[in-house]
Parts: sequence; structure tokens; C-alpha cells
Amino acid sequence: MFEILEKKLLAPNIYSMDILAPRVAKAALPGQFIILRVDERGERIPLTICDTKREEGRVTIVVQAVGASTKQLVSKEVGDYIRDFVGPLGKPSAFVNEDIGELRKKKILFAGGGVGTAPIFPQAKWMWERGIDFHIALGARTRDLIILEEEFSKLTDNLYFATDDGSYGFHGFVNAAIEDLVLNEGKEYDLCIIIGPMVMMKFTAMTTKKLGIPSIVSLNPIMVDGTGMCGACRVTVGGETKFACVDGPEFDAHLVDFDEAIRRQNQYREVEIERDHEYCQLVGGLING
Amino acid sequence: MDRYTRTPISYQDPQDRIHNFEEVCLGYTEEEAIEEANRCLKCKRPSCVPLCPVNIDIPAFIAEIAKGDFGEAARILAKYTALPAVCGRVCPQEEQCEKTCILGKKGEAIAIGKLERFAADWAIEKGLKFGRTEEKKGHRVAVVGSGPAGISCAKELVSLGYEVKIFEALHEPGGVLIYGIPEFRLPKERIVRVEIERLKELGVEIETNVVVGRTVTIDEIFQEGYEAIFIGSGAGLPVFMNIPGENLNGVFSANEFLTRCNLMMAYRKDAETPIRVGKKVSVIGGGNVAMDAARTARRLGAEVHLIYRRTEKELPARLEEVENAKEEGIIFNFLTNPLEILGDEEGWVRGMKCIRMELGEADESGRRRPIPIEGSEFVFETDTVIMALGTNPNPLLPMTTAGLQADDKNRIKVLEGCITSREGVFAGGDNVTGSATVILAMGAGKKAAKAIDEYISKKLSKKA
Repeated sequence: MFEILEKKLLAPNIYSMDILAPRVAKAALPGQFIILRVDERGERIPLTICDTKREEGRVTIVVQAVGASTKQLVSKEVGDYIRDFVGPLGKPSAFVNEDIGELRKKKILFAGGGVGTAPIFPQAKWMWERGIDFHIALGARTRDLIILEEEFSKLTDNLYFATDDGSYGFHGFVNAAIEDLVLNEGKEYDLCIIIGPMVMMKFTAMTTKKLGIPSIVSLNPIMVDGTGMCGACRVTVGGETKFACVDGPEFDAHLVDFDEAIRRQNQYREVEIERDHEYCQLVGGLING
Repeated sequence: MDRYTRTPISYQDPQDRIHNFEEVCLGYTEEEAIEEANRCLKCKRPSCVPLCPVNIDIPAFIAEIAKGDFGEAARILAKYTALPAVCGRVCPQEEQCEKTCILGKKGEAIAIGKLERFAADWAIEKGLKFGRTEEKKGHRVAVVGSGPAGISCAKELVSLGYEVKIFEALHEPGGVLIYGIPEFRLPKERIVRVEIERLKELGVEIETNVVVGRTVTIDEIFQEGYEAIFIGSGAGLPVFMNIPGENLNGVFSANEFLTRCNLMMAYRKDAETPIRVGKKVSVIGGGNVAMDAARTARRLGAEVHLIYRRTEKELPARLEEVENAKEEGIIFNFLTNPLEILGDEEGWVRGMKCIRMELGEADESGRRRPIPIEGSEFVFETDTVIMALGTNPNPLLPMTTAGLQADDKNRIKVLEGCITSREGVFAGGDNVTGSATVILAMGAGKKAAKAIDEYISKKLSKKA
């Protein structure tokens, strides 16, 4: 059983929760995720790690309540317990093993969409702690749905926003904002790390490919065990089948077959609707919503 | 009934059981068990015992059943096996203990498995508990994985006086007994969970939700104060065919399909995890897992076809499972191999391009090699494809453990059956052999426990 230590509403329907999970807090590195199960009848829900505090054994997760299981999760309060919490799963981000000196020379851009903004935080924080510079472009439907603005603004002065309705920052999708930064503002990037909903990652990857920026995406397919056992998370990368849970979740953005990934992500949608689930977190928006 | 005919056992009617997940074989009654036990010839030099991977004193427990002392029968079993109620159900006895039974030469071998199950179930029902633990030695051993190998190793170690902790990656202990083997073949609540509770009562600690290699490494476990580690992490990585269309919607590994249904209990209305069955399911493969997946899909309401590239004779599944599957209306398509999975415009499975096969010369497995018949391609309509082609060990532990060697299939390399290339680390079961049986894994776990005991004792005597 894992205790909920803190719970915050970040935006309408988007919560952050601090969970007491010392082993996970100690081991987690940027790029990794966890799987939790609310109760004994629950699904295994993969979620990204937003932050960790090793000394306190705390793991912060961010969750958007979109389906039955995530709604049940956010209905829990401080002091309540979550049945199961396992991780960190997946490989850490590749940059964790790179030479710090080399990383400091790179011009890095993070591109986040919606709840996908949350997993960018530990990556950006890791770089900030090591004096590595980066820019961040965050997209959301509307200003109200932008999360973690204050936290990110402490890490970089180059924080850009894009909203679909133009209520904050650039008017348009985040990929258009990136194009604007590069083509009109004269910014240059050597690496773009893109995390968000599958469709956002697809279009942002297309944009960075056009702009010639090497890019990484963090995929969020359907998973059951998250340890390599079920193969539900298969994704085609550069013509090869990979398991996102053990080979990923991060892959070369320009090699991922997004159309297949999007199709596979919707595999249980019909079943879920039948079962009166508005949307199922396990299948749909798992890691990034 | 003459001595050469097996006492019949009851099964749930096929027409009923395809609508439920209750156990198929109902087991012997007390009278039936005594009758069957009385067939045993009590051989002076029994040929059944050496063929059992954990060397159960088979004539002894059967003699107790014949006397009507079922508790004593169960006590004898418990001396040799940590999971008698499980083994009685899922062991391939016809390939092991029952294979050389003298009765089998003239008629039918004695039903060792069914008798083992009877005695073990009787003890569970009566709440009998066995197992003794020696005085604690003050030495700690960690076990990675709570499947048959880990359970067996842990039980042996705890009875030798070690403090044992099992780390399990999933949220529930049991490994393949929980995620893989279906309820209708191995009841979870009544059998598996009870056996695991017994293990805990003996003093074995189990920590779930720990993926060794990710949550903690082997090195960190040593740092936590464990003096030896047994790796019984199984073979969990599913094999696919690498044919076009395998990533279409509606193609699953048997592992995924069975895990959803067993571990996540998706067959129950009150479980949150969804399962998608389709109307016409094709299961590719011919082993026990293929039978489990096919029979599960049948119970979830589908028409189910089993696609196997050899003939019925070469099916690796147990005969009993094949017969049960047939009775349940599984349609067998032999000498057939898929070449490609075909999708509709939205990317869902609509069929498979298959080819007919014929059998050629025997290959290294001793089975005749299937050869495609040129020009015999045809389209087989289906909307769900389940790949049951076997599994390989997970590469995570060799990848994250310095000095732990594995081969190209991620099987951990061992000497003397269980000693790995890393000092203090032992391994056994499917992660050493590749996917095999519950009982072989149990045998390996038990053997490793003895090696660990020797290893720690030797280290102590050196110090002293």
C-alpha cells in the first residue's frame, strides 16, 4: 500500500499527487515511468513521473482524470492509500548517460503538450542541476490548461507558450510555435525532446524533421505489465518492432510509425465505451494524457 | 474395475464449462481416490520417483491414500514439494512419473497426478499445515521472482533456517501460476493463493511491486544485507513470428491475452481491465499456452481456431489439454502456417494469409520438420490473432547486473545447474532453460537452495 502525501489541482481535471514510494523515489531517473493500481479490481495505469524527492521517499505523479480508472485515482485524498505502485519502468533518457560537457554545448528544446508537460519537468530539472541550458515550448488547448508554469520558469528564461485558442502565448499548436521560433526568431536547436499526446508528438516530429532538428519522443502506448511480458506496447521504430516499456519509452521521433501507434492506442476504445467508460487511461492517454 | 483400468474422474460438462471459468476437472472423491490408490503395485524399486523432478516418494503417499490416511499422504508430499495442489494439476505426469509405471505396460498407469491433487486439496480444505523450519541461522537470502522456481527455492531455504525475502515485479505473487495458467485449470483463490499464504506462514517475506533491475539492482540487494540471491525470474518475453501485419489491432501475444484474463481478472464483470475477444479467434501454436489461450477465448464467447504447422501427433501440449480443448469446440487447423496478417482500412485484423504444410525429415527436436507446399496459399478469415509461440527470458537482469552472463536468448549461464557467473548469485527455472514446465522450475529452485546453503556454509567455515 502506498500513501498519498499530497494532492494539488494543477488545472481543471489535472492533479498532481505525491506518493510515498521510497524505492521508486530512490531509483527513478528522467524519462522513466511508473505503473499504479488504485485497488484490487483496478487496472494497471502507466503514468509519468513528474518529480522525486529521494530523502522523503516521495514520487510526484501528474494525472488527468479522463477515464474510469483515473477518475477513481483522483477521487483519493491525502492520507488514502493506493494499492500498488511500481517503478521506475523503462529506460532512462539517453542524455543521462551522455557527457555533461557535450550536453552543455548543445542547444536543447523541450516541447510539451497538455499533461505531457509533466514528464518534461524531471528532465529539465536534471539538466538545470548540471548547468545545461535549454528552452521549453509548452502547448495547451487554452491558458487554463497550462500546468507547472511557475516551476518551469525557475529553470529557464526561455519558456514559450502556445495555445490553440490564442489565450496565452503563440496562437496555434506547439509545432507551429517551434517553427516560428526557428524561422522567424532565429533560434537554433540541436536536439528536441517532444512529450505529449500521440497526435501532438506526430505533428511536432514532422515539424522538427522538416527543420532538421534531431528529436526524441516519449511514447505512451497501451501497457499491461510494463516489464516486457505482454507486448501490448509494441511500436514500429525504423521498421523494427520495439516494446515501449523495455526498449523505450523514448525513441527517435523521426523513426516512429505514429499512424500505427495512434491506431494501436485506440484498440480498446470501443470496449471501454461499451463498458460505460468515457475513456480509459490504460488504453488512451496513459503516460501523458 | 480391474487393476489395469484407471478409476474414472469427473469433469465439468463441456457444454456448461464453455460458459464459465470454474475448474474443468473436478478431482477424485475420497472413495475414488482410495480405489485408485489401491491399484498401486508398491514397487520395491519404483521407477516413478527418479522421474519426478523433485523426487517425491510417490509409493509412500499413495499407500497412505489407500489406507485412508489423507493427512499423512499430504504430509509426505509437503516434504518434497512446495506446491502439491498445483503440481497435481499442471505437471505433465504422462511424460514424467506416470511414464514408466508398471501398470502402464499392460493397461493404464496409476493416476499419480490426480492422487497428488486429491491429497493436497484435502489438506487445504481441512486447513492442515505442514513444513518445519529449523532454528534461524541469522543469514538472509533474497529470491527474485515468486513463480514456481522462486517459491520452491524460498520454501527450501526457509526450512533450512534462512531468512528469505522474495521480490516480485507484479502486484501479486505466483508468477505464471497467477498471470499465465487460467482459472479453469488452476483455481487462484482456492489453490494458488492458499499455497502462497502457507509460504508466508513459514516465514518467507514477499515484497511485490519490485522490478529487480529497475527498482533495485542485484548489487543494491547485496547492499541491503542479503548474502546470496536466487534469480527465478522466468521466461516472460513473448515471441512473435515477425510476419507482416503483426502489429495490426487485434493481434495479441498469448501472454497479454492471458494476463488480462488471469492476473487482471478481465473475465469478471467487476474488473476494470478490458479484454477484446472478437468473434473468430485464431490461436497460433500448439503448446499448453496455446490451449490455454484458445480455451479462454472460447469461454469469452468466440469461435476459436487453433493454427498449428505440424500435425496432431506433434502437438507439444498435454494430451489431456488437447482433449479438453476439442470437447470445448476448439477447431484444430493442422499443417497450416500464417504468412501474413491482413488488415482492414482501419488497421484491424480481417484475416490471415496462410500456407499449407507437409511433414519432411525429423529435425533436431526429433519432430518432423514442416515444409510449405508451394502454391497452397489461402486466406483465412479471422478478427483476432493470438500468438502462442513461446517465450524467452527477460534481458533486464543480465543487462543491469555486472558480471551476470547470459546467452543470445537471454538465458542465464549456469554451472552445476544453478551457479551463475556472478559470485553469490544463483539462478534456475525458465530463465536458465527457456520456457519449460512448472515442475522443472521447482526442481531447479530446490536444487539452487541446496547450493546456496553450501555456499553460505562454506563462506562461514572459511571465516572461522
